[in-house]
Amino acid sequence: MSILEYNGGAVVAMLGKNCVAVASDLRYGIKNTTVGCQMRKAYPIHQKCLLGMAGLATDVQTFLEKMKFRVNMYKLREDRDIKPSSFGNMVSSALYENRFGPMFLEPVIAGLEGDDNTPFISSTDLIGAQCFTDNFVVVGTASEALYGMCESLWKPEMEPEDLFEVISQCLMASVDRDCNSGWGGIVYILTPDKLITKELKGRQD
Amino acid sequence: MSLSFLDKSYNAFHDDQSFEEANSNTLTLYKEPGLVVPPTFNNAGFRDQSHEIAKKFAKGTTTLGFVFNKGIVIAVDSRASMGNYISSQNVKKVIEINPYLLGTMAGGAADCQFWERYLGMQCRLYELRNKRRITVSAASKLLVNIMYSYKGYGLSMGTMVAGWDHTGPNLFMVDNDGTRLKGNRFSVGSGSMFAYGVLDSGYRPDLTEEQACELGRRAIYHATHRDSMSGGIINVYLIREDGWHKISSTDMDHLHWNYVEDKKKEIADRNKL
Repeated sequence: MSILEYNGGAVVAMLGKNCVAVASDLRYGIKNTTVGCQMRKAYPIHQKCLLGMAGLATDVQTFLEKMKFRVNMYKLREDRDIKPSSFGNMVSSALYENRFGPMFLEPVIAGLEGDDNTPFISSTDLIGAQCFTDNFVVVGTASEALYGMCESLWKPEMEPEDLFEVISQCLMASVDRDCNSGWGGIVYILTPDKLITKELKGRQD
Repeated sequence: MSLSFLDKSYNAFHDDQSFEEANSNTLTLYKEPGLVVPPTFNNAGFRDQSHEIAKKFAKGTTTLGFVFNKGIVIAVDSRASMGNYISSQNVKKVIEINPYLLGTMAGGAADCQFWERYLGMQCRLYELRNKRRITVSAASKLLVNIMYSYKGYGLSMGTMVAGWDHTGPNLFMVDNDGTRLKGNRFSVGSGSMFAYGVLDSGYRPDLTEEQACELGRRAIYHATHRDSMSGGIINVYLIREDGWHKISSTDMDHLHWNYVEDKKKEIADRNKL
């Protein structure tokens, strides 16, 4: 069993029309035992950037603190919020610092960039190889099922309401085919003027 | 072009004395339902592999059975998984051997389904030969003898055989290492420890039928909630003197939210006092 699957969990990010969404499940487990079902796996970095992480929970927590620190340092030095694409580079290089003893997590980055709020999403593997797409990115134990759902439900230029519906359906359907993720979900929809957070009721097995 | 050299080697293979001997030998060894046992079965080498293969097909399960004063309750989940992939949420894990006998399914789905169906056939033949129903003890022994004869071949089964015969209610646990245990309370599968926790704390021999079925249902529900390899629908059976009855078939998710509501009401009532 891979260390990446030790705690379970699934995260997906999607691109819409002037908006992005990140959704994750809520399970925290140890191998096949579910220990908690309140664990969000996506975090707002600033008003227009989200970071989602799936993988080993201890590394996710440590890495989040590290990234918060670096983002704060960036803001002090530059006197502005970091661009999501720059944040992606920051995450990537932070992961590559541990090339020969990696942190066991896979991040997704989603945000809105510049004055015209261009949506941006990317993901990396555990040692920081970036992957940029203009539709969706998935990570975690349900990633195979998520690819299938996103591939069939995602369409370009979705408004925030449609994006919420699609990302929720993708997440809920996918985690129902995976033992080690699920137990409810959470969706973040990022629009130019607000961040909407919605909790999803999901199967409890 | 002639392929005579192939025929030759084919014949040579068939004329091989040791092959014939080995083949006839296996036929006399395992004439159960005509299963093909390879003549050169490398047990030592195969065991590790088959263990891995068996792990892939339907492993995660929670099943339980217990005897109380009014009869026997059997409760099971319905998830089939292959590794971490959920291959089905609608598996029938209670196998209805005959109107008085039930078998449960944990471990390899194919092994359980096949051998318990085979057991059903043997039980029927026993009935026809002896003009009376087979006892639960004898039926479970038929099964465990098969398990023992295939010991080390990689069969994967953890099953309970339950029923009512002239001696009363009987519950046996049979597994693939050839264990056969008679008892009042069993739980088998990856979620069994969670189920035992609920079952042991709620069990009393003088439970009513309704209470007993609810205890079984609740024990499986808690197991499906905590054990990621168990889930889906919870099936409950009750065995009485007149044979088995299917009591309920409930989605664990509906149960969960009902239990959450009950808990809320309970807390609200307590705060009122």
